[in-house]
Amino acid sequence: MTSTIEQIASQEYKYGFVTDIESDQAPPGLNEDIIRLISAKKNEPEWMLDFRLRALRHWTTMKEPTWANVKYGPIDYQSICYYSAPKQKKKLNSLDEVDPELRATFAKLGISLEEQKRLSGVAVDAVFDSVSVATTFRSELAKVGVIFCSFSDAVQKHPDLIRKYLGSVVPYTDNFFATLNAAVFTDGSFCYIPKGVRCPMELSTYFRINSAGTGQFERTLIVADEGATVSYLEGCTAPMRDENQLHAAVVELVALDNASIKYSTVQNWYPGDKEGRGGIYNFVTKRGKAFANAKLSWTQVETGSAITWKYPSCILQGDNSVGEFYSVALTNHYQQADTGTKMIHLGKNTRSTIISKGISAGFGQQTYRGEVKIMKSAEGARNYSQCDSLLLGDKCGAHTFPYIEVRNSSAQMEHEASTSKIGEDQLFYCQQRGISAEDAVSMIVNGFCREVFKELPMEFAVEATKLLGVSLEGSVG
Amino acid sequence: MSSVLVPDIRQACVEPRHIDGEPERVRRIRAQAAERFQALGWPTTRLEEWKYTSLVPLAAIDWKTDERQPEGQDPALPFGDRPVAELTFVNGRLHTNRSALANEHPGIRILPIREAMETESFGQHFARYADYERHALTALNTALWQDGAYVEIAPGTAVEGFIHLLYVGDGNAGHPVMSHHRNLIVAGRGCQITVIESFSGKGTYFTNTVTEIVAGDGAVVDHYKFENESIEAFHIGTVQVHQERSSNVTSRTIATGGGLVRNEINVALTGEGATLSMEGLFVLSGRQHVDNHTLIDHVAPHCDSLELFKGILDGNARGIFDGRIIVEPDAVKTSSRQTNRNLLLSETAVVDSKPSLEIHNDDVKCNHGSTIGQLDEEALFYLRARGIGEEEARNLLVYAFASETVERMKIDVVRENAGRALFSRMPRLKAEGRGQKAEGGLR
Repeated sequence: MTSTIEQIASQEYKYGFVTDIESDQAPPGLNEDIIRLISAKKNEPEWMLDFRLRALRHWTTMKEPTWANVKYGPIDYQSICYYSAPKQKKKLNSLDEVDPELRATFAKLGISLEEQKRLSGVAVDAVFDSVSVATTFRSELAKVGVIFCSFSDAVQKHPDLIRKYLGSVVPYTDNFFATLNAAVFTDGSFCYIPKGVRCPMELSTYFRINSAGTGQFERTLIVADEGATVSYLEGCTAPMRDENQLHAAVVELVALDNASIKYSTVQNWYPGDKEGRGGIYNFVTKRGKAFANAKLSWTQVETGSAITWKYPSCILQGDNSVGEFYSVALTNHYQQADTGTKMIHLGKNTRSTIISKGISAGFGQQTYRGEVKIMKSAEGARNYSQCDSLLLGDKCGAHTFPYIEVRNSSAQMEHEASTSKIGEDQLFYCQQRGISAEDAVSMIVNGFCREVFKELPMEFAVEATKLLGVSLEGSVG
Repeated sequence: MSSVLVPDIRQACVEPRHIDGEPERVRRIRAQAAERFQALGWPTTRLEEWKYTSLVPLAAIDWKTDERQPEGQDPALPFGDRPVAELTFVNGRLHTNRSALANEHPGIRILPIREAMETESFGQHFARYADYERHALTALNTALWQDGAYVEIAPGTAVEGFIHLLYVGDGNAGHPVMSHHRNLIVAGRGCQITVIESFSGKGTYFTNTVTEIVAGDGAVVDHYKFENESIEAFHIGTVQVHQERSSNVTSRTIATGGGLVRNEINVALTGEGATLSMEGLFVLSGRQHVDNHTLIDHVAPHCDSLELFKGILDGNARGIFDGRIIVEPDAVKTSSRQTNRNLLLSETAVVDSKPSLEIHNDDVKCNHGSTIGQLDEEALFYLRARGIGEEEARNLLVYAFASETVERMKIDVVRENAGRALFSRMPRLKAEGRGQKAEGGLR
């Protein structure tokens, strides 16, 4: 049985190819000149450059945080290349003109833009290294007034919206990596749903790091105006490389009164090899602000990255707003994850739910770190948290660090966590009925994660189930 | 402001204290501990372990030890003549020693720790478990301890009844008094013992206690701590337990007094098959601040631990539960459960709960839970429908919530005392004031 598990766990990373596309890179290093170069390349207005420079100046005064329960060598921020764009020969008029090689890459990844367009009805914005290459369905979305475009387009075409909301949830002074992102971010997605509109299709961004020695710093901003509804998906992959690459993204969600945003992530960055060499450092800041009666929902499936450091959070500012966090995180081999959420209750009768499932195998180290803060003004706030960990193998670790801070006595909150391994009896039961050990493990793990998977949009749920199977193979002993 | 004041305090505190006839090892440890305290300084809220408790008000006072010989009337004894042995300390110094009778038994040795420094067990165990390298206040205690109790029970001896250690703080000494007690309890193989520590006092003073408990193979040790310091007092209490094979330790902490209190209970399960039951209850009101910090370290396989902490908070009180369970890589077949339940009775009470699990192997069963809530409106309605007044009904429910911990106490007189103390602490809720809030505020 152990051998089958090892086999499964040791499956190769199937997205580990490099696409041979010439890219336009800035020299490595971080200083004001680089920022000015990025800004100039993107033809940005003065206020945008100013935002970046302020962030950079603030960043130089900050220290890298060390509180997370992860271990990694020092990162040399001066050796990273902060701008890398696929070289385009001319301006594109339509999708069909996208570099065929680039399109082949996406096809290989299973997100053929055309196919997406025709079959699934999902609008995709693909970000390659740090630059958005194609956005599908833009015109159809425009009919209902939804703006979905790359961040740089938005800066050019919708500066008012960007100026109003950029940094309103994650200010440029927020934390080390968010500040770094604010200084150097090169692209990302922007989405605006007008008042009362239910976005007719699911929006999706696809991120890929391709060039060596680059970091990816994208920034996503989603604004749902009053009464609007949107579901947004995000996926990520990277080639296999020996060195560690940095990914420091920022996602800001703004849900105005009565709006609802559902943000789903399937994160499958390259996790490094079996000995823990290489892999992506995924240091991401995600936060949403919910106004009155608004709803924010984060769903994440984290199977990739050498190190994950990520806390999608909800600021429940308006009365009756709702925050949700559903997460499955898997660490195998030498992966480390310190992930969780923050629910900050400010408004009256705000509710939040946290369901976190952690699976640790091999030498993986997994930490759930969550904070539930019920402020004085949050009369009648309610929280329910459940964090379960499953351990596969005797060398891995699972840790739970919840922080519960209650400042209002009318709050009701519950937190529960458990840690255990797959029961021998469950395995035995399945095997006795002719199910192979590995299928049984996969089945049990999927059952363990069901609560979260059922929150994912359908296409993603299928992918997530498969991903989990792949990442897990060979881990039950 | 604090940055100006704190260094002065450090200067005042770091000079290690020495007692006549101290063995070389103790002198050395004291000097090391003093050095460590100087290096560590007073803990600040920047430290994860002190995130919720600021010691600025404590560090800002120029504390001095009370060098007078305790005199005057005997302190009130909560258990009368029931304990088999009793030591009382006033401001850190021995006041009365009622252990002669118990010491007649060949297996029992109960001494003021000053008189036990030459014993073999003292040499073997003293300062081995309470970590003065990393914990500033343990270092402070180790450098400055004045007196305390030494209890050694020979293998196979079962002590009938309980040993009582009473610490009284007296804030009327003319200057701010600090007292540092140091206790060592060594329970030999297969012995059985119950030790109760009580803290009380009046006025403003600072108590810093470190109790090291060693439970030998198969020993059964029950430890109770009743913290009922004066409302203006500062109390830092560390209980460090070292459990060996198949030992069975019960720890009960009831905190009702004190202005600024930190209860630290650390247990290492280092022998196979050891079991631990740890329970705590804090009942706070006014501006009290009580920080409960527990660490259960599963080092050896096949150990069980069960932890339950309950808090009842009224007024502007602040209660903290920070419990940590570590399961080391070799500690397979561990079973561990940690629960924290809090009841908030007023609009302004604050609670912070941080139950954490750190697990380094897969063959374990661990869970934890934490809840924060109010009295159940339906239970209240049930009682009121049966003709019980609102105030009384609330008190009844609060008492019911708390009594679980009390009822499990094994010794009758201790249980009765604890129950009485608890009942006298029941918040006197104003029915009218509550009634208005009942619709929006309470459920």
